[in-house]
Amino acid sequence: MFQFIVRRLLQLIPVLLGVTILVFSLMHLTPGNPAHIIAGESAPADTIKQIEERLGLNDPIPVQYFNFLKDAIMLDFGNSWRTSLEVSEELWPKFWVTFELAVYSTIFSIFIGLIAGIISAVRQYSFSDVSIMLVALFGLSMPNFWLGLMLMQWFAINLGWVPATGWGTPQQVVLPVITLGTMGAAVVARMTRSSMLDVISQDYIRTARAKGLKESIVIYRHALKNALIPVVTVVGLQFGSLLAGAVLTESVFAINGMGKLVIDRILARDFPVVQAAVLVIAVVFVFVNLLVDISYKFLNKRIDLD
Amino acid sequence: MTAEERVEPLDDDKRKKKKKDSPFKRSLKDFYRKLKKNKSAMVGGYLIIFLILVALIGPYLTQYDIRQPDYSIKFEGPSAEHWFGADHHGRDVFSRVIHGLGITMKIGLLSTLFGGLAGILIGIISGYYGRKVDAVIMRFMDVLLAFPGILLALALISILGASEENVIIAVSIFAVPTFARIVRGSTLATKNLEYIDAMKALGASDIRIIFKHILPNILSPIIVQASLFIASAILSASGLSFIGMGVQPPSPELGAILSEGRDFMWDAGHITLYPGLVIMLLVLAFNVFGDGLRDALDPKMKK
Repeated sequence: MFQFIVRRLLQLIPVLLGVTILVFSLMHLTPGNPAHIIAGESAPADTIKQIEERLGLNDPIPVQYFNFLKDAIMLDFGNSWRTSLEVSEELWPKFWVTFELAVYSTIFSIFIGLIAGIISAVRQYSFSDVSIMLVALFGLSMPNFWLGLMLMQWFAINLGWVPATGWGTPQQVVLPVITLGTMGAAVVARMTRSSMLDVISQDYIRTARAKGLKESIVIYRHALKNALIPVVTVVGLQFGSLLAGAVLTESVFAINGMGKLVIDRILARDFPVVQAAVLVIAVVFVFVNLLVDISYKFLNKRIDLD
Repeated sequence: MTAEERVEPLDDDKRKKKKKDSPFKRSLKDFYRKLKKNKSAMVGGYLIIFLILVALIGPYLTQYDIRQPDYSIKFEGPSAEHWFGADHHGRDVFSRVIHGLGITMKIGLLSTLFGGLAGILIGIISGYYGRKVDAVIMRFMDVLLAFPGILLALALISILGASEENVIIAVSIFAVPTFARIVRGSTLATKNLEYIDAMKALGASDIRIIFKHILPNILSPIIVQASLFIASAILSASGLSFIGMGVQPPSPELGAILSEGRDFMWDAGHITLYPGLVIMLLVLAFNVFGDGLRDALDPKMKK
């Protein structure tokens, strides 16, 4: 197990290097001289030169990349071009808002998805199965930002039960979490159902039933444990998409998280902040996938992941 | 599965009949035969055809100019004249949605086409040649896959700027690794089959083997993936437009209509209701088609 984790960590290195190279190139592929973007088009040549010197823009590209990488490892992303604050200072408070939103939404989708998926599988082809799967199909096909707008319209504007915007109080959390978590819930429900059906048809479940065990024990103690394995993978992948998908949800509910920050700074051409945000989300996603792999191995000792 | 069928000895009649078709045509016929057996795939297919027809013909049938403001009916709700009501400029929402359907669909289809073709090529090369080529290409695909959801598209838009063409480019690039992975897997499974070895022994060139013998056999998973990807491409593209990083208003792209309409939700909820429903219908059609197809083509993978 320990060896497996170490090997996985080593395999991450080329991917993470690739990710940093790609993110680094973002800024260099952008048309326009960064010094001009910072100081304005009409800035005097001296100022431009000073800024270029300070940012190291005259160094060879590999040197610039190496410096970028060195700083990024220390979580130093330089200074914003617009506010002159340190990027990490701006980023972290917003990162935690987005992180919170993604975590709550993941919990929501696991909770709803598991219950719906189990009911569906246990009562295959029943009315509840068919309706759950139909709802899941709609949940999967709905643009989540639109769902957010509709929820806001009904529950915040028409009924006035919860505030329409913001983040922090329990009332403010409900709608964004449903908005972001619905697609995940649909995915988890479908996965749970098919995985449960798969497991229920296996020999050892028949044996458990033949032993005369109660159906509830067969389902929850014997079947569910193995049925959950593929669901874990789906949840892990979902979490990453939720971090990225939060951009849309944050925009709908005017939540001051990383998504809103990214959009604002793309428009303001503040690339260090955009770079840092993209890098952070990608790295978190890579590590969540690693955790999924490890838990996969842990849950199912039969699997040989090499 | 299709490969095994072909290895079986055929009686003379069948052989003559089958020889007339090219491998691609045969593969497509086989595909259609299986498709017809699956009800949900057929429903999804008809829905897609219907939506394509509406997108192609609809704009000629709508009677209102989608750019002409008419402030006398500003924010008016749905009525017999204006089925989906009117927006903040008094433009007919129904006409705009019909025009927008085509734009949104076009972005979904084109980005899947471009990204899919690139991904298929990369996946086949990776799977067929294996070893170092495979290792390098797949590490590169891993890097692209490390950017979840719309993040990669968003990062690309930040360089390219927000426009319809750039959304297509951004979503295409996002499609490449998903297609490459699936095609690589299918190629790996196909290339060691006996009939491919036989072709090699007969001295067929790599290009010939790839295009005449491998590609037709892995067409089914590609079509399934394409259908499911079109669905997520439409969601991503309309999402980008919604946050102002995609197609810009006054274009009636469905996400762009939502982006404009959200500011007036207090006054007129119908502006945001209908375009969203249409996006959902569009995505639903491709999801149902793709799901049904997957079940029809591979009963083992019933998920």
